[in-house]
Amino acid sequence: MLKSKHLLGLKDLTAEEIELILDTAVPMKEIIQRDIKKVPTLRGKLVVTLFYEPSTRTRTSFELAAKYMGADTASIATSTSSITKGESLRDTAETLAAMGTDAVIIRHSAAGSPLLLTRYIQASVINGGDGMHEHPTQALLDLFTIREKKGTIRGLKVAILGDILHSRVARSNIWGLTKLGAEVRVVGPPTLIPPGIEKLGVKVFYRVEDALQGVDVINVLRIQRERQKRGLFPSLREYALLYELTPERLRLAKPDALVLHPGPMNRGVEISPAVADSLQSAVREQVTNGVAVRMALLYLLIGGGTQQ
Amino acid sequence: MKILLRGGRVIDPAQNLEDVCDLLVVDGRVAALEKGIEADGETKVLDVEGCIVAPGFIDMHVHLREPGYEQKETIATGTRAAAAGGFTAVACMPNTQPVADCGAVIAYIRERVRQSGVVRVYPVGALSKGCKGEELAEIRDLVEAGAVAISDDGRPVMNGEVMRRALEYSRLFDIPVISHCEDLHLAADGVMHEGIMSTVLGLRGIPAAAEEVMVARDLILAGLTGGRLHLAHLSSAASVEMVRQAKERGLKVTAEVTPHHLCLTDEAVAGYDTSTKVNPPLRDEGHRAALAEGLAEGVIDVLATDHAPHAEEEKDVEYDLAPFGMVGLETAVPLVVTKLVKTGRLSWRRLVEVFSLQPARILKVPGGTLAVGSAADITVINPELEREVHVSRFYSQGKNSPFNGWRLQGWPVVTVVGGRLVMEEGKVLV
Repeated sequence: MLKSKHLLGLKDLTAEEIELILDTAVPMKEIIQRDIKKVPTLRGKLVVTLFYEPSTRTRTSFELAAKYMGADTASIATSTSSITKGESLRDTAETLAAMGTDAVIIRHSAAGSPLLLTRYIQASVINGGDGMHEHPTQALLDLFTIREKKGTIRGLKVAILGDILHSRVARSNIWGLTKLGAEVRVVGPPTLIPPGIEKLGVKVFYRVEDALQGVDVINVLRIQRERQKRGLFPSLREYALLYELTPERLRLAKPDALVLHPGPMNRGVEISPAVADSLQSAVREQVTNGVAVRMALLYLLIGGGTQQ
Repeated sequence: MKILLRGGRVIDPAQNLEDVCDLLVVDGRVAALEKGIEADGETKVLDVEGCIVAPGFIDMHVHLREPGYEQKETIATGTRAAAAGGFTAVACMPNTQPVADCGAVIAYIRERVRQSGVVRVYPVGALSKGCKGEELAEIRDLVEAGAVAISDDGRPVMNGEVMRRALEYSRLFDIPVISHCEDLHLAADGVMHEGIMSTVLGLRGIPAAAEEVMVARDLILAGLTGGRLHLAHLSSAASVEMVRQAKERGLKVTAEVTPHHLCLTDEAVAGYDTSTKVNPPLRDEGHRAALAEGLAEGVIDVLATDHAPHAEEEKDVEYDLAPFGMVGLETAVPLVVTKLVKTGRLSWRRLVEVFSLQPARILKVPGGTLAVGSAADITVINPELEREVHVSRFYSQGKNSPFNGWRLQGWPVVTVVGGRLVMEEGKVLV
């Protein structure tokens, strides 16, 4: 059982709760691989995706997860630029509540928005990524993929590579991995390492060659062009020269090291095409696992798997 | 009209007085300050035994929002909040609409105060036209109309040349230049203190350096020009250290700190409560402790609230989208009493200095003392009175306080402005 009916971040979950979600996702993955991908578990439930930021894979993944479980879905997409003059989050939430929504997946550029939403609505709130704060379902699918490939998470050395400062994926991964007993390293240019991150129990590296020595997993983060414009690094070219995960750099890790990427990838910037398409890359399986993990989560949160 | 405050402990640092005695007010002035004053039939007698009787508290950093932002606060509601909070005077910042950058706006504010104000209001004029930080405002005009200081508060003067000229030119009028120290490039689009908390919460950080580099610049410019520099709402330990050194070198610099920077840290942001979003941001425990020490030691001269009311719907939004600022007038005194005086970090005498004597001296306004003959601006505090903060009961229109629900001790119980009883037992009487 999960203690809360919301999933706002992995910071709030215990190791047991995380493992429960991962365990529940195993049979869900089996459903996806069936010819007829549908179970009636969540029939009559309404799942709404409320996205204030563009997204293809997370939203589609949640919608498919809900549909495979038999729920009805609706989606609301609003561009972030209009929220200051448009309807407030509060009013939107009250509208959703009035429509009988059971679960809302919110993505928003402002950290803390999912928590704010829980104050306005009775439904379960799932954080689909809020600012630089957390992206818990991405981390859950990363954990699921690692566990599936490596058997366990405890004792593994995991490197998270790239723009740690702006990455909600990195933060959620750090919480999840450290709770499950992995040794976490973060590596990126000093300008993209957030202050105090070592207090979360991770080792900080600036040189990728140092960070990748002997690791079991490398999670490569997407680098965003806007960061360069804000002067956090000189150019994408220089970034690639310093941090691109190339076959040579990948050889520094363990021979069977697993490569993850939350997508969408900038090939030739943070990851070389040869690595992205290599046998060590689990990028495509991450997408499948994302649906399974989200099915598990919806089941646990609105299908009777919480204490509330 | 006569008022006799009987049996309180009078603390008046200007006279080096700290003793139990009676205080008689006649015709708006302190008429007598001694033991055993007899009341005649027409005297209103207030029994203040066990209470602190102090010269009226002056909050030299308040946003009254009028004209232009009456949905946030008005002179009527803001000055009632001041009276309720034990303040007999406030200085109001010029970032109104229109900006108080000419004599006419200052005159308008003073007229509105005359019509609807409850406590004294000293307008602060804009330093530059439109608070744009480009050309000096007509400072003679502002001073003539009643401005007591100049500042582009909230809109930091990024151009060092403009700040230099403001400090130089203001010498002509012997008024302080109040500086909100913030390098806008370093602060960028940050919303809270940069540190482990901003990392965990995923909110963009404002480094302490954003304040510190401007404190350093302004202190250097104060040295160059000989102008009177007053640093608003310090938030950083290094800023306190720089002010200490500047004072040792004999510069004409004063500094203030807010009750919220003394009583909260960035941990308070954890629930994304937008009432914790202030500029400068709440910083970590090291900074907080250094500010408290600086205040107690006399490096920081003044406590001021930076009372910044906002409408409820403006703050009931995502953290990134909320405006900066919290209200402070109605919680300042009990907060500081509870968190600093009761814990032995600040003496009662120092509390009166930083809330009354020092702001009066810096702004060169009446008050700051209860000497016989001075204006009867009086604040009375009951050190033992304990109650809970209820924002719904604020006189201020702004309910944006992170202290809602806190149990605090040491509430103001009487406010007298110019011999007129304006607040008793927390109730504003006008």
